[in-house]
Amino acid sequence: MRITCPFCGERELGEFTYLGDAKPQRPAADAGEDAVYDYVYLRDNIAGVMSEHWYHGGGCRAWLKVTRNTLTHEISAVEAAAGAGAAKVGA
Amino acid sequence: MAGDQANRLTSGGLIDRSTALSFRFDGKAFLGFKGDTLASALVANGVKLVGRSFKYHRPRGILTAGSEEPNALVELRSGARREANTKATTAELYEGLEAASQNRWPSLNFDVMSVNQLFAPIFVAGFYYKTFMWPAKFWEAIYEPAIRRAAGLGRASGVSDPDHYDKAWAHCDVVIAGSGPAGLAAALAAGRSGARVILCEEDFVLGGRLLADGGTIDGLPAAEWIARAVAELTAMPDVRLMTRTTLFGVYDGGTYGAIERVNDHLPVPPEHQVRQRLWRIVAKRCVVAAGAIERPIVFAGNDTPGVMMASAMRSYISRYAATPARRIALFTNNEDGWRTAETAIAAGLQVAAVIDARPHVSPAHRSLASKGGFPVLHGAVSSVDGGKNGVRKISVSLTGGARAEVEADGLAVSGGWNPAVGLTSYHRGRPKWRDDIAAFVPDGAPPGMVAAGAANGAFGLGACLREGFEAGAAAARDAGRSGNIGSMPVADDEAFSISPLWHIAGKGKAFVDQQHDVTASDVELAQREGFQSVEHLKRYTTLGMATDQGKTSNVAGLAIMAAVTGKSIPETGTTIYRPPYVPVAIGAFAGHHRDENFHATRLTPSHHWAAEQGAVFVDTGLWKRAQWYPRAGEKDWLESVTREVKAVRNGVGFCDVSTLGKIDVHGADAGAFLDRVYINAFSSLAVGKARYGLMLREDGIVYDDGTTSRLAEDHYFLTTTTAKAGLVMQHLEFCRQVLFPELDVQLTSVSDQWAQFSIAGPKTRDLLKEIVDPAEDLSNEGFPFMGAREVKLRGDLKARLFRISFSGEMAFEISLPARYGEAMARNLMVAGKPFGVTPYGTEALGVMRIEKGHVAGPELNGTTTAGDLGLGKMMSTRKDFIGRVMAGREALTAPNRQVVVGIKPTDKGRHLRSGAHVIPKGETPGPDNDQGYVTSVCFSPVLDQWIGLGLVERGRERIGEIVLAHDPLRGEDYDVELCNPVFYDPDGGRQRG
Ligand SMILES: [Zn+2]
Repeated sequence: MRITCPFCGERELGEFTYLGDAKPQRPAADAGEDAVYDYVYLRDNIAGVMSEHWYHGGGCRAWLKVTRNTLTHEISAVEAAAGAGAAKVGA
Repeated sequence: MAGDQANRLTSGGLIDRSTALSFRFDGKAFLGFKGDTLASALVANGVKLVGRSFKYHRPRGILTAGSEEPNALVELRSGARREANTKATTAELYEGLEAASQNRWPSLNFDVMSVNQLFAPIFVAGFYYKTFMWPAKFWEAIYEPAIRRAAGLGRASGVSDPDHYDKAWAHCDVVIAGSGPAGLAAALAAGRSGARVILCEEDFVLGGRLLADGGTIDGLPAAEWIARAVAELTAMPDVRLMTRTTLFGVYDGGTYGAIERVNDHLPVPPEHQVRQRLWRIVAKRCVVAAGAIERPIVFAGNDTPGVMMASAMRSYISRYAATPARRIALFTNNEDGWRTAETAIAAGLQVAAVIDARPHVSPAHRSLASKGGFPVLHGAVSSVDGGKNGVRKISVSLTGGARAEVEADGLAVSGGWNPAVGLTSYHRGRPKWRDDIAAFVPDGAPPGMVAAGAANGAFGLGACLREGFEAGAAAARDAGRSGNIGSMPVADDEAFSISPLWHIAGKGKAFVDQQHDVTASDVELAQREGFQSVEHLKRYTTLGMATDQGKTSNVAGLAIMAAVTGKSIPETGTTIYRPPYVPVAIGAFAGHHRDENFHATRLTPSHHWAAEQGAVFVDTGLWKRAQWYPRAGEKDWLESVTREVKAVRNGVGFCDVSTLGKIDVHGADAGAFLDRVYINAFSSLAVGKARYGLMLREDGIVYDDGTTSRLAEDHYFLTTTTAKAGLVMQHLEFCRQVLFPELDVQLTSVSDQWAQFSIAGPKTRDLLKEIVDPAEDLSNEGFPFMGAREVKLRGDLKARLFRISFSGEMAFEISLPARYGEAMARNLMVAGKPFGVTPYGTEALGVMRIEKGHVAGPELNGTTTAGDLGLGKMMSTRKDFIGRVMAGREALTAPNRQVVVGIKPTDKGRHLRSGAHVIPKGETPGPDNDQGYVTSVCFSPVLDQWIGLGLVERGRERIGEIVLAHDPLRGEDYDVELCNPVFYDPDGGRQRG
């Protein structure tokens, strides 16, 4: 399996680390315990197309959002996390 | 007879008669030629008996001429290079080759264990399950060793493999498995269109079945056409032809596994060369032209030496000019089998009879029979009479019921051909049944892969060329190559007809799986006992589970299963196909990653200096760290470590702490970022100051700790523990990129860029004054406790100095570019000589941290909260941070949690050991009364006794209580006192002084 990193190009699986479901959003500071509990523990594990976080630790250290079919391992989209890439100094 | 190549034809074959090779089989000397396999050389020397079978120790001969061989398995080479279960049919002959037969004792000719045959009824299907069910402990002690002696395959060498293995990547447009007519035609089409092509052929010669069966292609004899095709391909710069290489598996994203037997054909690999290389080939397209495997017909005595696959017999006669028999009978149920009769006659051998199971035989074959003077018998072989010296007589049941006998010393069998559907089925694909050829063919394939030629059920030469050429052209086109593919190679198609025939019922053992000694009656028994699914059949009888993975046996096995259940073969179905297609040595998967190269080794900047000092090193993750520095006359590690601790506490010492993770945090929002990842505040930290920080996981459990310093308004220098350096970097990048992308902050890993030393002890300042520029103020006022700033060293080098203390002593940590690390260690030794400077290792470091009650890895163990560690007050209530909400959960704040506490034995002479459990005084030790355990221990030179830290229920409220340390592992019970975890200088005066 290979992942096409938006910064580095097509790279082998061994350069990446898997985290899991990319859908949950970290709740706001005042969201309460239930919301944080859901965020921490309730993760989807879909047999099919799923949005996942992968880390290009063996390359540019970007966190990526990878759309992957967990049944076929087919990867249909890869995008960099919002804060990946160059600094936004002065922006 | 043997030794003189008496069974070698005087001419013909693809062997180099000018290069004779001597070899030994079971100690006996023989000669063969370059171009032989071990099997063909044995055939040429008249050796029929090559091994004993797995369960019954029956005499076995050579069945095939390829990697599907179930019987002719030998131990190749000797000593450390001895390799069991090597197929004689694929082992290339080399000068001095040594091989030994397997599964026999004391000798191949006289095998004691062949009495197993007499007990055959107890070795039936499922016998392991039925016989050795109880009691369980008998299995390891008695049954298994006995069975392994009696049954089982070859012996491992028992010593380390002296050879090297390699792993490599390759990328191409089209990878092709097989170099028969389909494979070569595919390579020509793809290569001509400009594709980057890799062709893998497991044999050491290109050509596949053409090497044995010949034919006419483009008007040329096969051998000439192969030479022309190979010359054309070799001239193409982007085509790579790899012989001795088997494509064994397909993986996600068009990645293929291949094993290249680089130097298996030599006794010892040349210096600096590998024995085998494991390839990972990334290809846009794959053409499987892996051919087909001829299948046996199951009848009584079908395992007698001298019974051979018809195509294998042709291979030995045509390719190797070696005759497996002088008077050959042929048993076939299809047109193709007749080729063996043609080949035998052309080679001047006698054909005793052809037994054809089909109702009709072509006029051409009838006239061949009358010219050759042999009868054509319509019917089937019912049994073979013979033994270890070969076939003597063949009994035939004629269509209509009569019987006949044929005298012959060899029997060629053809039950039809099974396309090699392994590669195409590896992604849980199931092949489909084709009635016209009575065989399974690929039904689709993993993405990007297509089968062509015999692997796709196209058995005619013309069809193989056509399918191969078209598949090669299409693959290249799909890969974006559009060059002129030229003209397609052309040949005639032979007619193919078959009457399916799997098993002839009769008296005597009829083997389906010869390598695992599974008989037709085992299959029938399994069905009677309720094992109806093919997957169950396979596991109950072990059919197809040997090293050959049932290449010659699986289809016959499930055909017999289908017959007894009254189902069709497609209804019965196949088992799941799994890679690898051929056995691959573990050594090849490991490659160079073995012994000291199993993983990378990281050396600290002062490593070589420490080694000169005679340091004892300890592996911590990938690092080698100096554990202690023994001195002459010290009797054990404890004496050395105690000396190091005392030297620090009374004078000055230093320790390389470069293994800590180090991260530069830059940006206008650096402080705000750290506020969110640490439980305590860092935005409020003054420039020039350091602070201890604690990170939680989002679930509220402690993740890591370390000291972080503010070097400028927008620049922090963060340190992590050694163990978590990489993970904390990954975690912080996640926080920055995913959770808080709005913050203006950047992270740079600088772990390898900075060498860092802890310098500790009351004389630290005296030593540092010799190192840093005299203008730098190191006084308590000029550089107070927890100060952090850049300083100039003598000689103008800049370094970072941090007044932090892990030991509890007056201490600094100095950070300087890693390339100066070793020089710094040497400098400290010279400059520190007047003060008795002492290098100390990780043991002394650990002793001093326990004496100070600092938590480390054993306490930050993935179950503890900040509160458990006594650091709950650090949790800020004025900001959000990772883990804040979950850390507040009831169970994580419960008053009866196990918390860090000091522990010391009441008997000062007692050795406290970590892992001992804490039980209330007077209670019976057990899970119900277990209140925690000892996490860290050391011998404290300050207290002159063993002390420790532990996680104990309500520990902080129980200071002074005597409890029982219960250590069932070591059989010890002793009283300990729960105490303040800070054993040394509890008000911290020394580190501030
Ligand atoms: Zn990248």
